[in-house]
Amino acid sequence: MSAPRMPIESGVPDPFPYMHPTLKKNFGQWKYHDRPRPGVLHHVAKSGEEVWTVRAGTQRQMDTYTIRKLMDIADQFADGYVRFTIRSNIEYMVTDQKKVQPLIDKLQAEGFPVGGTGNSVSMISHTQGWLHCDIPGTDASGAVKALMDELYHEFTHEEMPNRVRMTTSCCQINCGGQGDIAINIQHTKPPKINHDLVANVCERPSVVARCPVAAIRPAMVNGKPSLEVDEKKCICCGACFPPCPPMQINDPEHSKLAIWVGGKNSNARSKPTFHKLVAAGIPNNPPRWPEAAAVVKNILGAYKKDAKDYERMNEWIDRIGWPRFFELTGLPFTKYHIDNWRGGRVNLNASAHIRF
Amino acid sequence: MATKMHKTPMLDQLESGPWPSFVTGLKRLATDEGKPYADMMKDLLGQLETSYTTRKGYWKGGTVGVVGYGGGVIPRFTELHDENKKPLFPKAAEFHTLRIMPPAGMHYTTDIMRKFCDVWDKYGSGLIAFHGQSGDIMFQGCTTDNVQPAFDELNEMGFDLGGAGPAVRTGMSCVGAARCEHSCANEQKIHRTLVNRFLDDMHRPALPYKFKFKVSGCPNDCMNSIQRADLATIGTWRDDMKVDQAEVKNFVNAKGRKYVIDNVITRCPTQALSLNDDDTLAVDNKNCVRCMHCINVMTKALSPGDDKGVTLLVGGKRTLKIGDLMGTVVVPFMKLDTDEDYEALEELAGNMIDFFAENALEHERTGEMIERIGLVNFLEGIGLEIDPNMITNPRMNPYVRTDGWDEEAQKWFERKAG
Ligand code: HEM
Ligand code: SF4
Ligand code: SF4
Ligand code: SF4
Ligand code: SF4
Repeated sequence: MSAPRMPIESGVPDPFPYMHPTLKKNFGQWKYHDRPRPGVLHHVAKSGEEVWTVRAGTQRQMDTYTIRKLMDIADQFADGYVRFTIRSNIEYMVTDQKKVQPLIDKLQAEGFPVGGTGNSVSMISHTQGWLHCDIPGTDASGAVKALMDELYHEFTHEEMPNRVRMTTSCCQINCGGQGDIAINIQHTKPPKINHDLVANVCERPSVVARCPVAAIRPAMVNGKPSLEVDEKKCICCGACFPPCPPMQINDPEHSKLAIWVGGKNSNARSKPTFHKLVAAGIPNNPPRWPEAAAVVKNILGAYKKDAKDYERMNEWIDRIGWPRFFELTGLPFTKYHIDNWRGGRVNLNASAHIRF
Repeated sequence: MATKMHKTPMLDQLESGPWPSFVTGLKRLATDEGKPYADMMKDLLGQLETSYTTRKGYWKGGTVGVVGYGGGVIPRFTELHDENKKPLFPKAAEFHTLRIMPPAGMHYTTDIMRKFCDVWDKYGSGLIAFHGQSGDIMFQGCTTDNVQPAFDELNEMGFDLGGAGPAVRTGMSCVGAARCEHSCANEQKIHRTLVNRFLDDMHRPALPYKFKFKVSGCPNDCMNSIQRADLATIGTWRDDMKVDQAEVKNFVNAKGRKYVIDNVITRCPTQALSLNDDDTLAVDNKNCVRCMHCINVMTKALSPGDDKGVTLLVGGKRTLKIGDLMGTVVVPFMKLDTDEDYEALEELAGNMIDFFAENALEHERTGEMIERIGLVNFLEGIGLEIDPNMITNPRMNPYVRTDGWDEEAQKWFERKAG
């Protein structure tokens, strides 16, 4: 038998061979940009060269037919180059302004929404879910598809006070990241332990070590080494599940969705922030998650109506205060909103600043 | 026995609506009779529909990889079996993912994209995700036997596996200098320098846990690096921002003074801006914190200065175990122009990874380790000097021994003099 092929450890590829020639030529030499319409960026280089970028939404998990179709469009209108944004939008770079509108028309005719720029709701960044992860409490691609159907107008228009970046996550690991609005799984019951399997599949000390509240203890159950959970302490985070699948945290009924707002990635104006819990107990209801969509639309509606230009979700709430946020959205304020985790007292109001 | 299309009444409901439907894509592949992936995708739809019906996931991990590497493939085996332990959806019983690193900045030619499609039509499911949250191209759905040949072809095309497990992970960099006037750095070069220097730690996972690099060309931080990277590298500048006063006047003229005051001047977080009576702009550059807001709004009139470099932050991560953490400034400014500058960055990153490897507990991220041992110990461990840019406030409690005060004060004055 011949020796196996060893990998060429080439690492991250050089982008220049794959980069649009006008971008390559003006690398590091851009002067300014503007946005002629939603979904289009117009960049002007110091050399005077111009490039129009047309941005379109995709389904992220793409079949090769869809990819080939998007590539045919790139060959026809955009010199055979594309790039993707962090949120799975595809971008076509066009150097001839006359091709911009026909490209937009073609993308729309093929079912790809043009937008996601400036003060729009861009594509929701999402995770694997039932399609591919081994620990998900819900699906990601389906929830995103259902939500983006509802938010289509907001993707294709720039009508928000500032940009809105949304995320979803299908377990409390939260691969989806921080967002102006985040839709994340929130388990509400401790794991049900399949004691027959623990001894075979779990390294018990490392499972014990994963628990953020030290609720897990090694125990003998039915004469076999297993684990037990102090259900009073357990915060239902699911951290024990990835290292030990018999700690069954996912539950069709009790794994709920929670909605968080006010995460901000950029440093513009205010420092970056984490998102905060505003709604929980939302049913995990495939295939279209209507209850979650309704809460999201409600929050977006209040933000759109009440925030000032350039205020991101968190900046709007900082200005109007949380009581008003709950008033404007009609969402209930509960004891679960009050942070009691380590360091949580910084989230309490230690002042006489009260809005009436 | 031929594989049949399963009924998918739940998933079918995701075919309507204006947003592109991944379900339509899956079905297209499943009904592509004669193609190697058609049956796999039929059974994948069957398994996914089951998840939609029961609201449970049915994949489990395992060990699958390629020769020479210890990570980069995400193994997936079905957990849906009948009473005889036969998979209910046998053709999708193995459905592994290859994480492949894209060119920095996610630029592609149509030619390379079609070649990806060809490889994945031949060996995989025909389903590719652009991209995962860590920044990989995710080639989703491959049998165990096909992982190696699929990787070999992609590898011969110049593409390499990304990270998985306790390893240096795939990095990300913004479009930056390629198309963004805000860029203060050569993002793709930083990204490639860092990740490609640590390929051994990527491909042979042996760290306490994951370690991620992300690079943004300016403080807009389009890569969300402060929140998501163990080492965030963010472009910035330290001289004065550039103001084209004629363009300022044009902007004021076009938008009106109220707009400029409400949306630019008063939105500066440190009140570093003031609109002069003659509609020119005064900038207090000493107090500008490089937040980017005014530059984002007045793209023609304002731009970063010429003395560019990067700020480094360490320790960002998402929720588990101790809660979300942001990165902390560990280098307020460093130049990245010369080869020596890049070597210094590499060396610093190497020190961080070595320190992490030696001091983090199993399954502990860098940010959690710093939380446990304190920033000062981390800085001492990697050989960095303290700096007041690293804090929001000095300590607010007296629970500290200060018997080394005089020596520490002396060090500070010496550093300032030197
Ligand atoms: C056990 C099974 C897990 C699976 C199958 C899984 C899967 C994934 C996948 C597919 C991605 C996108 C990767 C890419 O772009 O290539 C991802 C990203 C991520 N994962 Fe996991 N993950 C797992 C465990 C974890 C754990 C235990 C944590 C943290 C405690 C975690 C935190 C994250 C985060 C924060 C991201 C986003 C990364 C970023 O923004 O750079 N994951 N995960
Ligand atoms: S959020 Fe959790 S369940 Fe979803 S893909 Fe990430 S690790 Fe898997
Ligand atoms: S779910 Fe979380 S809190 Fe509960 S036992 Fe598991 S790790 Fe501990
Ligand atoms: S991070 Fe800054 S330089 Fe990079 S793409 Fe975003 S705005 Fe441009
Ligand atoms: S960049 Fe930000 S901090 Fe600096 S002057 Fe402009 S608005 Fe103010």
